[in-house]
Amino acid sequence: MKSFRRFIDKIKPHFSKGGKFEMLHSTFEAFESFLFVSNQVTTKGAHIRDALDMKRAMSVVVAATVPALLFGMWNTGYQHNLSVGLEVTLWENFVFGFLKVFPIIVVSYVVGLGIEFAVAQIRGHEVNEGFLVSGILIPLIIPVDVPLWMVALATAFAVIIGKEVFGGTGMNILNPALTARAFLFFAYPSWMSGDTVWIEGLTKGQGVIDGFSGATPLANAAAGMFEKIPSVWEMFLGTIPGSIGETSVIAILIGAVILVATGMGSWKIMFSMIAGGLVMGLLFNAFAVNPYMEISAWHHLIMGGFAFGAVFMATDPVTAAQTERGKWIYGFLTGFLAILIRVINPAYPEGVMLAILLMNVFAPLIDHYVIEANIKKRVKRIKS
Amino acid sequence: MEDLLNIFVKSIFIDNMIFAYFLGMCSYLAVSKTVKTSVGLGIAVIFVLVITVPVDYLIENYLLKKGALIWISEDFANVDLSFLTFIMFIAVIASMVQLVEMVIEKFIPVLYTSLGIFLPLIAVNCAILGGSLFMVEREYQNIGEATIFGLGSGVGWLLAIVGIAAIREKIRYSNVPAPLRGLGITFIIAGLMGIAFMSFMGIKI
Repeated sequence: MKSFRRFIDKIKPHFSKGGKFEMLHSTFEAFESFLFVSNQVTTKGAHIRDALDMKRAMSVVVAATVPALLFGMWNTGYQHNLSVGLEVTLWENFVFGFLKVFPIIVVSYVVGLGIEFAVAQIRGHEVNEGFLVSGILIPLIIPVDVPLWMVALATAFAVIIGKEVFGGTGMNILNPALTARAFLFFAYPSWMSGDTVWIEGLTKGQGVIDGFSGATPLANAAAGMFEKIPSVWEMFLGTIPGSIGETSVIAILIGAVILVATGMGSWKIMFSMIAGGLVMGLLFNAFAVNPYMEISAWHHLIMGGFAFGAVFMATDPVTAAQTERGKWIYGFLTGFLAILIRVINPAYPEGVMLAILLMNVFAPLIDHYVIEANIKKRVKRIKS
Repeated sequence: MEDLLNIFVKSIFIDNMIFAYFLGMCSYLAVSKTVKTSVGLGIAVIFVLVITVPVDYLIENYLLKKGALIWISEDFANVDLSFLTFIMFIAVIASMVQLVEMVIEKFIPVLYTSLGIFLPLIAVNCAILGGSLFMVEREYQNIGEATIFGLGSGVGWLLAIVGIAAIREKIRYSNVPAPLRGLGITFIIAGLMGIAFMSFMGIKI
């Protein structure tokens, strides 16, 4: 470690002002501060000292997604071998899935970080770490069969239009990972929905055994085939077709525990989003006019991407509501709308992505009115 | 009653003037700098729509449509004045906007100055004329439905402009690339909001 530090110190002058590689300054800085805590300190004004900078925060979130990622890799292999009727070991399933999922992760990171570094050089600021999380979330929320060039295109769109034009990490209004997914969803709908995209090889029609359907539970529910919905235990465990990382509620719950324990994700948003989903589900149960509305409210929470959205997407500290009371409203409306869109909109079998994007749009408005209300309350208190 | 509720919800979310039809974009982009003024403009638009749509409904059904003049005399059964639709609608809208302008100037002078030229420009706001023309096209059954449609369209427009105003207030200090500052980034935000509003497209009620 020490020799590494010496090496960095040795090449540092080349990258600082007047050096040979001055234009690559921010690239160098990004790698240096990734490995070592920065030794720069603020000299003026009041400031808070904390080892928890953005890189550390992002690393925690990435760690929280690891259970869902590992399970997703195994599930990719499991579903594929199920579809072709092969009995293989756990390890072989995992290796198969790893070989399918890993390229997607690499593409997402290379494209996204490439753009981040290029923008940092052009605009002359330091490289933002925000993409470390988006880069792992994008592979987790897309079907495994999406071609890699589409992943690259969607990532580029999300990073440039969704984030960089607003000034980079922390300034975006829509969650970048969901922006990428929405881009794919509206630009290439045939790759993002249907019965075949969720399982590796089905779109190419590789020797599928008779009677096997790759439809997700939600697609089955929307089509009215309720007898085909997997059991509650299967949906909870995650051995069902779906986007790579969204299927296993258990793996997501482990991530949720990490996020809440470290204070990275807001438990208020997770809790109120689940409450919102339950309330909407119960409302549908009460006025059930078709069989879809009769699905019990808590089943909705373990189907599709609801759990993943509640834990990793809605809690994004940049795009969620910033005020504490706003977080309750924001989370509740997100869950409410997600189930609403899911059940009554025939165009989309899943509503979590669009519900979160919609509430991202209105989060600043919620904050505005929460702050206004607080100002009014305090003015009243002073006057009385 | 259920029909009225359907029309109301539909005109706010599904047939949103801004995100489904891109009507009224000029004042939407220009006046959305702060939440306060955009709420004022939104309420003015609601007010104008709630009055002009039912008035235009009466004009359309009792004066202009083919056979509409039948209530005067049977001889007019073949008279078709619908070529006058546009000019009549615009006349109604322009006079309504004058009224709103006078009311706001008298009672809320602060809002009057901050809205500036965009208040009289409601007269040429496409969302207002669009509301009346959609009312004709969708053949609402009675004046109640027309009024609710006007109200819903206005509320949808208000929601859209207040949403973008809050976002623009939030990003006021963001380091947006220089060529995109101002209108450029506003167009991008409007587009991203449009993606989010896609969630309601396709709902049938």
